[in-house]
Amino acid sequence: MSGPIKPVNQKAWWLVLPVILCVAFSAIIPLMTVVNYSVQDIISPERRVFVGVEWFMEVLRDEDLHEALFRQIQYSLSVLLIEVPLGIALALCMPAHGWKSSAVLVVVALSLLIPWNVVGTIWQIFGRADIGLLGYTLERMGVEYSYTGNATHAWITVLVMDVWHWTPLVALLAFAGLRSIPDAYYQAAQIDGASRIAVFRYIQLPKLRGVLVIAVLLRFMDSFMIYTEPFVLTGGGPGNATTFLSQYLTQKAVGQFDLGPAAAFSLIYFLIILLFSFVLYNWMQSVGTADAQEKSHG
Amino acid sequence: MALIELDLAHAYGANPQKDEDYALLPMQLRFEDGGAYALLGPSGCGKSTMLNIISGLLAPSHGTVRFDGIDVSAQSPQQRNIAQVFQFPVIYDTMTVEQNLAFPLKNRGLSPERIRQRVGEVAEMLEISHELNRRAAGLSADQKQIISLGRGLVRPDVSAVLFDEPLTVIDPHLKWKLRRKLKQIHHELRLTLIYVTHDQIEALTFADEVVVMSRGRAVQVGRPEDLFERPAHTFVGHFIGSPGMNFLPAAVDGASLKVLDVVLTHDRDLPQGDLTLGIRPEYLEIVSPQTPESVAFEVERIQDIGTYFLVACRRGDVTVKVRMGPEKSIPTAGQTVGLRLMSDRTCFYRNEELVV
Amino acid sequence: MQLELEEIEQRVGADVHLYRQSLKLTPGVINVLLGATKAGKTSLMRIMAGLDQPSHGRVLVDGRDVTNMPVRERNVAMVYQQFINYPAMTVAENIASPLRLRGESDARIQAKVRELAERLHIEMFLERLPAELSGGQQQRVALARALAKDAPLILFDEPLVNLDYKLREELREELTLLFASSGSTVVYATTEPGEALMLGGYTAVMDTGELLQYGPAADVFHRPASLRVARAFSDPPMNLIEVTQSSEGLRFASGVTVDWELAEGLPERMLLGVRANAVALQPTQRSAALDAHVELAEISGSDSFLHVETAVGDLVAQLAGVHNVEIGSAIQVHIDLAQAYLFDSAGPLLQMPTALKGGR
Repeated sequence: MSGPIKPVNQKAWWLVLPVILCVAFSAIIPLMTVVNYSVQDIISPERRVFVGVEWFMEVLRDEDLHEALFRQIQYSLSVLLIEVPLGIALALCMPAHGWKSSAVLVVVALSLLIPWNVVGTIWQIFGRADIGLLGYTLERMGVEYSYTGNATHAWITVLVMDVWHWTPLVALLAFAGLRSIPDAYYQAAQIDGASRIAVFRYIQLPKLRGVLVIAVLLRFMDSFMIYTEPFVLTGGGPGNATTFLSQYLTQKAVGQFDLGPAAAFSLIYFLIILLFSFVLYNWMQSVGTADAQEKSHG
Repeated sequence: MALIELDLAHAYGANPQKDEDYALLPMQLRFEDGGAYALLGPSGCGKSTMLNIISGLLAPSHGTVRFDGIDVSAQSPQQRNIAQVFQFPVIYDTMTVEQNLAFPLKNRGLSPERIRQRVGEVAEMLEISHELNRRAAGLSADQKQIISLGRGLVRPDVSAVLFDEPLTVIDPHLKWKLRRKLKQIHHELRLTLIYVTHDQIEALTFADEVVVMSRGRAVQVGRPEDLFERPAHTFVGHFIGSPGMNFLPAAVDGASLKVLDVVLTHDRDLPQGDLTLGIRPEYLEIVSPQTPESVAFEVERIQDIGTYFLVACRRGDVTVKVRMGPEKSIPTAGQTVGLRLMSDRTCFYRNEELVV
Repeated sequence: MQLELEEIEQRVGADVHLYRQSLKLTPGVINVLLGATKAGKTSLMRIMAGLDQPSHGRVLVDGRDVTNMPVRERNVAMVYQQFINYPAMTVAENIASPLRLRGESDARIQAKVRELAERLHIEMFLERLPAELSGGQQQRVALARALAKDAPLILFDEPLVNLDYKLREELREELTLLFASSGSTVVYATTEPGEALMLGGYTAVMDTGELLQYGPAADVFHRPASLRVARAFSDPPMNLIEVTQSSEGLRFASGVTVDWELAEGLPERMLLGVRANAVALQPTQRSAALDAHVELAEISGSDSFLHVETAVGDLVAQLAGVHNVEIGSAIQVHIDLAQAYLFDSAGPLLQMPTALKGGR
């Protein structure tokens, strides 16, 4: 645009001020504090030494951190690989109209409403051999199961818990996406003699693209930062089998009171998520706009 | 290619009692094998319902649909082997043009060579052979509609091709191209084609026979020129033609015919009582007001429509429109002219039905 | 009010939506923006309304620069093709909304709502919700609301395109009567040349972001400034025949020569343009005969369209009445040279049809 655009109304800035203050207090100032800690060695509240990138180097060399990162990546990938297809499959089965549709929507959304530490507690009790339905049943069936003793069992339990908790989100997003497809597409496919799989592959999946971007982004970010549920369920154990990144970070910062490295690591953590999300989002948008551009120049 | 016979009624509710409960009132229609038909009517007349019943997307609540004598009322569109082109282009975005056209044949399990040959033939006929490798999503609306049509034509044994207002999203100058292509296809392939539209130009130029519908009823079925020159119902006279037929109140008393309180001579066998005189703007002649057998009107408005003129004339509270070619001498607004109302194209109606 | 667009240009990133153009709208008549989709009609209307700012140029209302004035402060009414009404309000409340915003008294509002509803024949629906009405009725509600606002500028963006044919005809008639006398500046966008002519008024022909010509509708139709205008403003499309200069006048590619008085300095090769209604089955005073082969006949009742193949190319003839010519038959068509245009191959109009010189 040429020429200065005068602000329409100076009064608008006053209305925005409270929000600016809130965001400043809850996000920006704490972030700056973290940056501050990450470049200083706090020996005592009075003695602070500027150490530059020393904490960052130490963090990047930390073996335990590498392990935790690796575990985290495994976890997030597993979560995506299970939840996205499962969520879509669930959405395909959900009825589209009538009271049944509303009823199913409510039932599906229930697990999303439960506070996260309660989710952890539910599964913790569920898996116990003495009072948990799952644990007790498995023991009676003669199947060996202990999420406190066996690392693999712990992993599986944490995964299943996450799938139970979060797949409905993917399902709801996919359900909304499916509703926006006009009937004519299904009618045309029916006339063309397309099988159910072909309908899914050539009509539903392409039209769900936008929705899937959101679902994958959300699930990746959330699972990469996961803390409460596994902490309540396993406490990170057995050993450190289910200690994911954020728990490791907390251990370092709060447990060992190593603020410097913890702060440095927080920043690295933040950047990893940001980078990944940015790359993923741009990639999926570019595929989308290529189609849209072709359409508009047609 | 199939002969399609309809003997049905359709109501969306459970127990239809009155006429208003029916989406389609009881009717019998016959679509000859290889004919081009149009279902023409305003929104809500039932034409889309009828199309969906023919295609199999909807089963009639009463009566049957027969293809070549066989009752197909319960069969799906796939089983009836019909093809349908929708109002907005429906194509598979992720496929190329060639893959789009090949899709129905692939689903039937034809061999790849046979598919390629057939796709080539259809692409040639539709003049899109050079686009075969382009991604379908990137084409313009009219090209996408052609692909939709192609997907229907690619099956060699398709029984009928149904069109649901297919030119709705197409620009006017491209509509000519598509209409011409549809007509050529009909001429070459001789398939049964059924075309639903609310646009009378599309219907009349496309079809051999037009079914004019209003409120669930087939009001008249006939060739375009018959519908134009002798509409059987005032609705047909009004709906077909732009502008539609002019209607004037008339009365017959004994041997004399009185239109707008002017006595006119006639040589028809007219029934007694009140009638409606219908005459199309194209058939009204403007003469000088002193001419015998003409009725005096005042010219209200003249519109230059490029290739012809529309003259709105008024007498009392009755307005009629006259269509004049550019070569005639055009009157001016405010001028008094005479209109010759009686000609062999004049129609008389009682209770909206044609009597003479 | 006098609305003027001065040197307007609209760029979005690397795309040019509107090339530099100036337009001075005529108050008291319907100003039609005619063009295909993506010609720039909606972009131009949005600039007129104040919904978008142009990348360059000014918008002047009665001489005042309002380019940076947001749409809320301009007094504009807009009617869209998607029958936009407030879904939760009744028809009466919909029509009353601009009046309420102005702070009119209840009595005044009631009287005005009734008057407008009667003018648009929707007085029996005043207590209904828009969703309960048919498409045509919903659009009438939108029109009544636009009238109620009584804005000096009213914009119609293809308002009748979602209605069926007959309804479109009826509403178009009513529109011309309702708005042409209101004193507001009315702008109406459409893709149909026929509609531009039926609405009368002034027409601005647009094509891929450019404003090609502006003037009284019949004028622009009969006197297109260039090939592009003739193409955009013809329905059916104009027949174009390549011709070269010869000793007597013009020569067609098929070898047929016609007498033609050519002005000095015209290029060697030109395009002869005749509208479909200038191609007939009978010769006229000054016509060129061509042997033709009938490809297609389209009967619409009041007209018949013949698509023929000739030695100079494919032509479309528009004949009045019903002409059932057999497909594949060999006939002769006659091109009325008195109605022919001469265009330069690159675009501009070179010579007008002699039939128009009489000054219609």
